[in-house]
Amino acid sequence: MIMIFGIPGPLLFGQLLLGLINGAFYAMLSMGLAIIFGMLNIINFAHGALFMMGAFASWMLLQYAGIGYFPSLILAPLIIGVFGVILERTIISRLYHLDHLYGLLLTFGLALVIQGLFRNYYGSSGLPYRIPDVLQGATDVGFMFLPNYRAWVVVAAVVVCVATWAIIEKTPLGATLRAATENAPLVQAFGVNVPRVITLTYGGGVALAAFAGVLAAPIYSVNPNMGDNFINTVFAVVVIGGMGSIMGSIVTGFALGVIEGLTKVFYPQASATVVFLVMVIVLLTLPHGLFGRRA
Amino acid sequence: MLKVTGLNAWYGESHILHGVDFEVREGEVVTLLGRNGAGKTTTLKSIMGLVPRREGSIDFRGREMIRLMPNHVARSGIAFCPEERGIFGSLSVTENLVLPPVVAPGGLDTDTIYTLFPNLKERARTAHGTRLSGGEQQMLAIARILRTGAKLLLLDEPTEGLAPVIVQQIGRTVREIKQRGFTVLLVEQNFRFAQTVADRHYVMEHGQVIDMIPNHQLEASMDKLHEYLGV
Repeated sequence: MIMIFGIPGPLLFGQLLLGLINGAFYAMLSMGLAIIFGMLNIINFAHGALFMMGAFASWMLLQYAGIGYFPSLILAPLIIGVFGVILERTIISRLYHLDHLYGLLLTFGLALVIQGLFRNYYGSSGLPYRIPDVLQGATDVGFMFLPNYRAWVVVAAVVVCVATWAIIEKTPLGATLRAATENAPLVQAFGVNVPRVITLTYGGGVALAAFAGVLAAPIYSVNPNMGDNFINTVFAVVVIGGMGSIMGSIVTGFALGVIEGLTKVFYPQASATVVFLVMVIVLLTLPHGLFGRRA
Repeated sequence: MLKVTGLNAWYGESHILHGVDFEVREGEVVTLLGRNGAGKTTTLKSIMGLVPRREGSIDFRGREMIRLMPNHVARSGIAFCPEERGIFGSLSVTENLVLPPVVAPGGLDTDTIYTLFPNLKERARTAHGTRLSGGEQQMLAIARILRTGAKLLLLDEPTEGLAPVIVQQIGRTVREIKQRGFTVLLVEQNFRFAQTVADRHYVMEHGQVIDMIPNHQLEASMDKLHEYLGV
């Protein structure tokens, strides 16, 4: 057996892969948070609940409508995205003239309500979601057996992250979003319907969370609390990457997943705290985060 | 083209405009002159819908604008170039230039804009709009609203803080865009500059228009003007 730093190779690679998987979810979730924060100036505490709703939506689509994994990879984010649009239009938009803290409290409350409703109807023990047949099994990549579904999750997450980054940094639509983040009244005075842009941005960020939820459904059991396990770390990722930075979220998300995974191998006792240790160190040296712009 | 009557505006509890009246005719360059705090910038912002509260009447081509949102004011053909220029640092120079959506046919195309502003063509690849010099940022702020097809341009102190040679260049630009059929409402502190471009001048004080001076009478009205502007 190969040994690396006195650790058996398969164990090391196994944890690295787990870290990469977690990192994929950190990246997708923190990217959505960053986009929403940049545009709405609201820290969306409901993000974990909306991630969970994405997983439930795919489970329900299969259970009640017989719609399989791949169609629900598109459908569930659309459905939950529309739900996000309704939330923004009917509730969140009423708080824009108030301090940011109110948006935080409101979305935190929304998260509790949503989670409570799902717990009431589906319990908290978790519902199974089968890995689709084509992604069953594992591939021997020489140094380890790579579960196909997990490889797919990492690839899908990278594709979605890069596509989102490209839309925001390289397209005219993205330029409008960036400009509105800097100076929304002026962009509106150029003829852009900024309130609508804000609504669609929230819907888009929510759809990203739901997409991550669908990817997560076959790995973690579908349960009302599944967002909680991620969301604390995801907030740390957003802070470390720099509030509002898309690239910061992607890079930091994957990196912290891997760091967490490696810590589980080398010093398991610290695996739950290492993310926050990194956060403290980064904030002490770079108060705006790794990729944050100085105000 | 634009007729403002009894315009009042507030920021929170502060009542800034107290019944502003003036008129801009098609093809004219008209300035609002006045001291700091006279309400010139607030007048432009009120026309665009960028103040929290306003009353009165803003008639643009026969249409009442007083209750319209800024995006609808822009869509009806009025373009705004703010005092702080409003160049976006997270956008490249080209992205800044093409950001304002086209609201009507008849705007200048990119080639014409680059002929008017050769500097911008050289700097088109600059990754952050705010890396440009102050003069270049002002050129960019004017250039991007010429593209949109809006025929009434509101320019807020385009010469502020710029070197004399740049001020002259902006003067040439304003005369050029007037020739191309644009109508300009210009806020200025520098009446020497205003004199080189404008047809008429409105003088503002304490949130009201207190006088109107046609450009050819400006020299004759110097004493009065010095008193108004306190220079």
